[in-house]
Amino acid sequence: MNQPKENIFQVRDLTKIYHMGEVQVHALRGVNMELYAGELVVLLGPSGSGKSTLLNIMGGLDTATGGFVSYRGKNLTKATEKELTDYRRYHVGFVFQFYNLISSLTARENVSVVTEIAEHPMKPEEALELVGLSERMDHFPAQLSGGEQQRVAIARAISKNPAVMLCDEPTGALDSKTGVLVLQALERINRELGTATAIITHNADIADMADRVIHLSDGKIADVTVNRVKKSASELVW
Amino acid sequence: MKGQVFAITLVVISGVATFVLFNSTMHSLDYTRSKFYRDCDFADVFVNLKRAPESLKETIRNIEGVNRLETRVAAHAKLDIPGFKESVTGRIVSVPDDGPPLLNRLYIRKGRLPDSSRDNEVVVNETFAEAHGLQPGDQFAAVINGKWKKLTICGVALSPEFVMVMKPEAVTPDFKRYGIFWMNRKAISRAFDMDGAFNDAVISLYAGARENDVIRDLDNMLGRYGGYGAYGRKDQMSHRLLSEELKQLKTSARIYPIVFICIAAFLLNVVMSRIINTQREQIAILKAFGYGNFSVGMHYAKMVVLMITPGVIIGIVAGIWLGRMMGGIYMEFYRFPFFLYRLRPEVFLTAVVVSVLSAIGGTLHSLRKAALQAPAEAMRPEAPERYRVSFIEKTGLGRWLTQPAKIIVRNIARKPVRAFLSLIGIAVSCALMVSSGFFRDAVDFMVRAQFVLSQKEDMTVSFTEPTSYRAVYELKRTPGVLDAEPFRSVPVKFISGHRSYKTVLNGIAPESKLHFVLDRKLRSISLPPSGILVNDYLGRLLDVKPGDLLTVETLEGSKTIRQVPIVALAGQYLGMMGFMNLGALNRLMNEGEAVSGAYLVTDPLFREKLFESFVAMPRVSDIFIRQNEIRNIYEVMAKGMLFFTFIAMLMACSIAFGVVYNSARISLAERSRELSSLRVLGYTRGEIAYILLGELALITLIAIPVGFFVGYWLCAYIAYALASDLFRVPLVIELKTYAQAAAVVLGSAVVSGLIVRRKLDHLDLVEVLKTKE
Repeated sequence: MNQPKENIFQVRDLTKIYHMGEVQVHALRGVNMELYAGELVVLLGPSGSGKSTLLNIMGGLDTATGGFVSYRGKNLTKATEKELTDYRRYHVGFVFQFYNLISSLTARENVSVVTEIAEHPMKPEEALELVGLSERMDHFPAQLSGGEQQRVAIARAISKNPAVMLCDEPTGALDSKTGVLVLQALERINRELGTATAIITHNADIADMADRVIHLSDGKIADVTVNRVKKSASELVW
Repeated sequence: MKGQVFAITLVVISGVATFVLFNSTMHSLDYTRSKFYRDCDFADVFVNLKRAPESLKETIRNIEGVNRLETRVAAHAKLDIPGFKESVTGRIVSVPDDGPPLLNRLYIRKGRLPDSSRDNEVVVNETFAEAHGLQPGDQFAAVINGKWKKLTICGVALSPEFVMVMKPEAVTPDFKRYGIFWMNRKAISRAFDMDGAFNDAVISLYAGARENDVIRDLDNMLGRYGGYGAYGRKDQMSHRLLSEELKQLKTSARIYPIVFICIAAFLLNVVMSRIINTQREQIAILKAFGYGNFSVGMHYAKMVVLMITPGVIIGIVAGIWLGRMMGGIYMEFYRFPFFLYRLRPEVFLTAVVVSVLSAIGGTLHSLRKAALQAPAEAMRPEAPERYRVSFIEKTGLGRWLTQPAKIIVRNIARKPVRAFLSLIGIAVSCALMVSSGFFRDAVDFMVRAQFVLSQKEDMTVSFTEPTSYRAVYELKRTPGVLDAEPFRSVPVKFISGHRSYKTVLNGIAPESKLHFVLDRKLRSISLPPSGILVNDYLGRLLDVKPGDLLTVETLEGSKTIRQVPIVALAGQYLGMMGFMNLGALNRLMNEGEAVSGAYLVTDPLFREKLFESFVAMPRVSDIFIRQNEIRNIYEVMAKGMLFFTFIAMLMACSIAFGVVYNSARISLAERSRELSSLRVLGYTRGEIAYILLGELALITLIAIPVGFFVGYWLCAYIAYALASDLFRVPLVIELKTYAQAAAVVLGSAVVSGLIVRRKLDHLDLVEVLKTKE
């Protein structure tokens, strides 16, 4: 972290209020944070701490109630529907807890879904190679294990060469051994391609592989810690 | 769900409504007819003859089976209605001088029967009175037996004999130009020199009497009095037309409701399988609590019944409403004193039972699945959907498909039965539209064949009696007549083996430039110097083909029976008749150069004047103006057809909408997660709409040509079912009709697509990512 890195995301005073019937839920209560190019950040917090809401707003999936999020100087909170679609299409890679693969398409085709519409994509085969799935490219989701499905999702996210990867509980539905394999894939991509990566988790053990750990609690940032020594994903156990 | 239930309700309404509409109209018409026949003592057997002494009455009465007999005098008349400058003719029928008729009693709508002391009073039939706004007290002139006579209307009436008033040999009813007039027997006998004689009789039979035997005895007895042949009710014009109408209703009552019931069952099946799938867990919980298979099954069965109940109720109400409306349309043509609307309880019950049974039948599979699921199994989420590379892609086409296109193709391939049934549903709606347009095309074609291609004359003049050729030459010399050709028209009976048919044999001038006999492909057949042509339907009825000998018994003048070779079969859609060379027909009749009338080409400037002079000629019995005939056909057809087309269009739209909307909603429900995922990945609203609706668009586009094909065969069946000696519906479907059908189906598909598209635009991207399917 010697030279100044490009500031990809800037989050200022971000608030989000959900209306659940008569009840108002304050999911975010004034969040301030940055995400820099090439870094791997873990957003850590218990469920209900607002981390998913933060990620969804950063990913252009949800709107904020107050404050702003800017991506490379562009204010996402003021973006139109079309601008947000373009933003998701060309700049962000998503990985979700439940993979969200298209079950009627093979692994290769699930990646092609993205490469077909991206601006500077890599080859689907290349992306699957990166996550170690060269051998399973023509399998349908129903024929893949959970870990494999999640790695297809990662390949799909990375194949568009995004500036940032947003991962929401990527290991949440997996056992620890498979989870490590998935995290290794994310780690490798961050290292080899330099893609800024934000991982949301409630699993504190995963925090050890991050450059920085942002602790969220009750809709606010409680603490930010920097790991002097990063653990490799393969060293993680939980 | 609201939208889907609405779509199903639409289809159920259409099905139940058409079922109730056609069945109740059929029953009402049948019931009204028999009530009217009974009330007014409609005769069983009818006789026309030249002239017989009144004393013959006793002999006829002695025929076994004859119950009541009424002799009458009936004759043709030309009329001059004030303010109406066109040819008007009518049939005058006598009523007894001493009270109402014994048979075929009149139902007096206004006024009264003629006063026996007056010879100028006349009762007119209702359609004619209405068409000209005539009231009791109004007067008009008639040429009766060559003499002008001023007549005064004393009443307006209906008769079971003339429920449908149609001029013999006419194609459609023409209420303005043809009427029925009832006069005192004495008055009409005097005018026609029929004192102490009769030329028409109506007979009722005892129950159990053998009609055919009575007719045979009558024919034997009346032959020498110039009998044209007795006939039973089934050959009586008005009764025939009514029966044909009932036959058409029966065909409709059979076809349309079945289509709807099948489609409603299919839609329910799709919706219920989806509901049951999403409620697996609730089912499991219920069963874990100890609910039995039967009660779980019953729960969903009740739900199905609940879902169709509004449709059944509204359908019955709509069916009754439409039935009364259709009854009203019928009453414009078929005149009964009253229209007794009848919804038989069994129609009502059948509608309910069939709807419920087919709805449950359609959902039985899903219900069984729900009832038989082991609780633990149901608690687990459904196994991930299995897909395969589709057959189409394996042919090498896959390389050219984008990922969204692959999603579409594989989804269809994964649920082929559902896709196929959707396809059939949309195809059926397209076919219905084709069948509704088909009637218009068929009428256009009939008119073209009958009035444009085979008739070049614009006026036809008939003489009261066969006349010499000279009369035609005289007509030709009349100023304003550009061309004239003679024709001969003879009532005959064609006999082949045990089959026979009474009709007219037409003699046409050799090398005629005005009147042509056409074959099936509308090519003119040249008339050979000898031999006979009959139209193909008559040929089939008599089981004869070109080369066979046909026995021709003439029923006019010196009756002859000859064997004549058939030279060809003609294509003809209206009526059934034979054609011969004029000279050959004269020879067959053992007569000299006799003609029945002439075909004329006239100068439009002189037409009205010519017409007036023909009306004034005592020898001229009738004048046909081609233009009026054509106009009249369209006027008559328009009313009935508009209603039918309207109904068909409603039905087609409700099916197309129901099927497309339902499929789209189900797909949306099943795939919202997948589509949201694609939105998250940066796919635009348009792009995911393409994936969802592309599947339906593809099915719709394939369904349309299939619908054309089904529609063609549906029309072929309709044409086959409606074919009778009165008319045959040509199987002609114009390009325009296909285009219209496609447009309506596409329109409904697009509308339902747009509604679903709106839902699609409001997908909650965040919500869907949180849950595991």
